[in-house]
Amino acid sequence: MSIRMIWRKTLSFVMLSLTGLCALLTVSVLVAVLGYLAWNGATALHWTFFTNLPAPVGETGGGIANAMVGSAKLLLIAAVIGVPLGLLGAVYVAEFASPTPAFVVRYSADLLNGVPSIVMGIFAYTVVVLPMHHFSAYAGGFALGVMMVPIILRSSEEFLRTVPRSLREGAMAVGASKWRTIATVVVPAASGGILTAILLSLSRVAGETAPLLFTAFGNRFWSHGLNEPIASLPVVIYTYAISPYDDWHRQAWAAGLVLLGLVLVTNLLCRTVLSRQSAQRR
Amino acid sequence: MGTSFSSAKPVMAKETPVTTVTIAPKETAANAAPRMAVKNLNFYYGKSQALFHVNLEIATNKVTALIGPSGCGKSTLLRTLNRMHETISHTRIEGDILLDGKDILSQDVTRLRRRVGMVFQRPNPFPKSIFDNVAYGLRINGYKGTLKEQVEKSLHRAALWEEVKDRLHKSAYGLSGGQQQRLCIARALAVDPEVLLLDEPCSALDPVSTAKIEELLFQLKDVCTIVIVTHNMQQAARVSDSTAFMLTGDLIEFNPTPQLFTTPTDPRTEAYITGRFG
Repeated sequence: MSIRMIWRKTLSFVMLSLTGLCALLTVSVLVAVLGYLAWNGATALHWTFFTNLPAPVGETGGGIANAMVGSAKLLLIAAVIGVPLGLLGAVYVAEFASPTPAFVVRYSADLLNGVPSIVMGIFAYTVVVLPMHHFSAYAGGFALGVMMVPIILRSSEEFLRTVPRSLREGAMAVGASKWRTIATVVVPAASGGILTAILLSLSRVAGETAPLLFTAFGNRFWSHGLNEPIASLPVVIYTYAISPYDDWHRQAWAAGLVLLGLVLVTNLLCRTVLSRQSAQRR
Repeated sequence: MGTSFSSAKPVMAKETPVTTVTIAPKETAANAAPRMAVKNLNFYYGKSQALFHVNLEIATNKVTALIGPSGCGKSTLLRTLNRMHETISHTRIEGDILLDGKDILSQDVTRLRRRVGMVFQRPNPFPKSIFDNVAYGLRINGYKGTLKEQVEKSLHRAALWEEVKDRLHKSAYGLSGGQQQRLCIARALAVDPEVLLLDEPCSALDPVSTAKIEELLFQLKDVCTIVIVTHNMQQAARVSDSTAFMLTGDLIEFNPTPQLFTTPTDPRTEAYITGRFG
């Protein structure tokens, strides 16, 4: 073998090893995070963790029941705001808009998607908390809802575009108007994808802490109604993690594990729905 | 095929205006007024003209076939008959199209399409159950009668009832291609259209399914007027009462089918049906 050939083989081997190593590192970060979270969180996991309120400061034990319910309420408010806006916006862009307005909406959505979540928090603080003079579930849900809009809009638009033209023509050929066609054929045909977009956006904002810090604020007790400060999983993790108590640190790990578990389950659900639908299409 | 022809003799058709070819088939002349009439129709996709001064009369309860090489404008002409061309942007239309003597271009388009139904080249059932596919047109048009009866009647008419009666509420995607196309015919028939437009309905089907659909067309003549675009000359000869031959946007010849295929009046028709091009 010539020197040149040996050099080339060596270089090839080194580069291949490097790329492989980087890929391995990427995956191992994820595995390390999951493992560390499970290792530290599992010790504090007990069924009372899911059913009890937080224990008074200084006492050990207690749970995150109020934070789990609080997160669910916040996500519900967020969905009420984010889903109609995102979905109808997507229908406009995919079905009605001429190129220029479509570009403007799409571009704005992408920009909105890139706005730091803490800025979203300040925005919600300014438009909801300040006029109401207090923190509330509404303010937190609003901040999360606004963050959901661009995610739902962009992915729903993609799914609406994949609905074949022939289906639209089939509907119009029996006398359906454009709106009728969209409502009864196009959106139902894309429903699996749209559902996925909604679930993904929910799981994305479920883990957001920054927008909730000065909107939903947090609460160590049950909230009565949506007009009060409310607990949420990410804020509980944040508060417990920066506290000086070992017991709270353990609970922060456990709450993190719960949150991650919920997000993972949602993601798996999405993939199942989507793959089942695309299998049905074939 | 069509492109090669038009590039070989690009101006031939244009130099011989065919505005005079308003030969209505003899049967029609004897009959009452035609169901549809196309008068001096010009059609444009943006700046390019796709149809030139087309005149055509479509006889009631007969099958009219449109034949010609690819790109000759036969599908475009068919689509103007229920204004499906309006779903494509930058199209322009000149001339008149009459349905029962009334201009269709000034009518409400959704009502028009209920009266003039359409079946497309590829089966396009909705991702819904078989029943819901057929009931679709009825539901959106606020049908007053019994949905179930009308769906069953339509499936009978489309010769599909026996094959699907036990699985009406299963997905339409479980049907074969030929069954799906008959389902689409049933869907179109459910709203009792006066005219049914078929755009190469058998081009994606196997010979057995094709034969079933051709057989179906004979029976459907009793309930509606049929216009069929076909690539297949044998099919036109088998199923239609009169045939229109089109070439690069011009209607060259329109005659009763036996006459067009045995003694064509125009040399270009003869060239096409004897297989010299296309």
